Amino acid sequence: MIRYYLEFEKPIEELEIKIEELKRLSDGKDIDISSEIKRLEKKVRDLRSDIFSTLTPWQKTLVARHPERPYTLDYINMTCSDFIELHGDRRFSDDPSIVGGIAKIKNIPVVILGHQKGRGTKERIYRNFGQPHPEGYRKALRLMKIAERFKRPVITFIDTPGAYPGVGAEERGQAEAIAVNLMEMSRLRVPVVTIVIGEGGSGGALAIGVADRLYMLEHSIYSVISPEGCSAILWKKAGEIGTDDFSRAANALKLTAQDLLSFNIIDDIIPEPLGGAHRDPEGTAGKISDFILKAFEELKTKTPSKLVEERYKRLRKIGSFLEETK
Amino acid sequence: MAWFKKTKDTSSEKKVKIPEGLWIKCEGCKEIVYRKEINKNLKVCPKCNYHFRIGARERLKLLVDEGSFTELDGGLISGDPLNFKDTISYKDRIKENQKKSGLKEAVISGNALIKGYPVCLVVMDFSFMGGSMGSVVGEKIVRAAERCLEEKRTLITISSSGGARMQEGIFSLMQMAKVSAAMAKLKDNGILFISVISDPTFGGVTASFVMLGDIIIAEPRSLIGFAGPRVIEQTIKQPLPEDFQRAEFLLAYGLIDMVVDRKNLREVLAKLIELLQ
Repeated sequence: MIRYYLEFEKPIEELEIKIEELKRLSDGKDIDISSEIKRLEKKVRDLRSDIFSTLTPWQKTLVARHPERPYTLDYINMTCSDFIELHGDRRFSDDPSIVGGIAKIKNIPVVILGHQKGRGTKERIYRNFGQPHPEGYRKALRLMKIAERFKRPVITFIDTPGAYPGVGAEERGQAEAIAVNLMEMSRLRVPVVTIVIGEGGSGGALAIGVADRLYMLEHSIYSVISPEGCSAILWKKAGEIGTDDFSRAANALKLTAQDLLSFNIIDDIIPEPLGGAHRDPEGTAGKISDFILKAFEELKTKTPSKLVEERYKRLRKIGSFLEETK
Repeated sequence: MAWFKKTKDTSSEKKVKIPEGLWIKCEGCKEIVYRKEINKNLKVCPKCNYHFRIGARERLKLLVDEGSFTELDGGLISGDPLNFKDTISYKDRIKENQKKSGLKEAVISGNALIKGYPVCLVVMDFSFMGGSMGSVVGEKIVRAAERCLEEKRTLITISSSGGARMQEGIFSLMQMAKVSAAMAKLKDNGILFISVISDPTFGGVTASFVMLGDIIIAEPRSLIGFAGPRVIEQTIKQPLPEDFQRAEFLLAYGLIDMVVDRKNLREVLAKLIELLQ
């Protein structure tokens, strides 16, 4: 199988190619090199374990954007049964960069939705690289209102570089669509569980992420601005910013799941298999499903008013400031 | 031979501060106008009605009944949760901006009367870190909203901001949700919220409390949007339409209620409160 390796995974790639070659060589022949293969496989495991236990924030950003990483629809299909996709915002159009519908997770009926990136050039363009227009956010809100009306919990998956910066998006009120979602989600009278599965790109991510429980996959990121955007603002060197600057910005922004847990912004980190979620999508989906069910368990006894009150309190206390008294 | 060198910086088209001197060039009509005349005219060009940016304190003076403003939460100072450092540390950047602007943060808030009506005002100042919203700005807005709930005051925000403050990372982003949640409380309790937008207002500020006003007013020609025009131009690789993201453009697309001249703002606000609250 052809796999996509990130730059810092090159040593892993070399070893894995060697193992493949050895396997092919030994195939059907009498020479026994299985011990050599085993030795190399262990070496790959150790190497991967070394590399992935010390990923820098920028490397994590690359893993979070890995082209083979499972996307929202993959997780919906792996965690749910009876998924029925719903479409459109009833105002302008259907935005394929946000998908959602109704489904069952372990026999619990839910409304489930998230940003959707595409795989392959054609689908990537169709999904607008996971960057929603206002109608995507309005569709998301419409689904959440259905959840509220029929008393179903809401699950959202975050995976976007950000809301789309375009002329049509501005004309149709990108800012208003995001703002309204933030406000309406804060007072939604059913449980909301959000999981950042890849990239959490600023307001366009948050617009479907005001939740009672917020989790992040181990190698996902969540930030007010992308490392690229941040370095462009801070170190404007006549178009000459590169990986080193992105890396610096990624460090400064504190955008990893581990950072956000230490800030108490998220509730927990969902572990990924060695090498990232794409190395074992089913296993990752299983973990995600466990966390969702655990959250439901914690939230199911709370009345709608209590849910809204506690959600407000969660947001209310976020901030870092001192107060001088006169 | 330094005497003929051009020292004036012409690189940035739009200057935040009006340069010192007797005469200034209007950025609307490019005419040279007598400075005193502009100042007398509420910092509006008498020739073309271009609205120059004004600071929070000046803005307050124009809006409230004389002597009625009490600043609240003025002691709030930014923390540095990320220990952020670019060319200089965030802490130093704050100090630098405090010195430059004479403000402690990008927002001044407090209680006041407008033609006798009790309001709570939140006024942003672009000269403090581009009016960006970090923890302090978010906290001041939420406290103002909570005070409006308790004291049955009308909330009025005057925005001018580049968006969420990068230096506080995820904390800034979460302020968007925090202030929007506070606005939900106002809606649930029938408290009037009037959002006034001045030039420029972008990003996480537009995409949170600003667009949640019951009534949304903008000053003429203000640039307002989610994404900045440069980002959009780079993305779509096409020139932007004339008047794109101007107040009048938003009015035409049904995104705001009205465009109001600075000289009429106080009257309009008072009238709206009289009719609604």
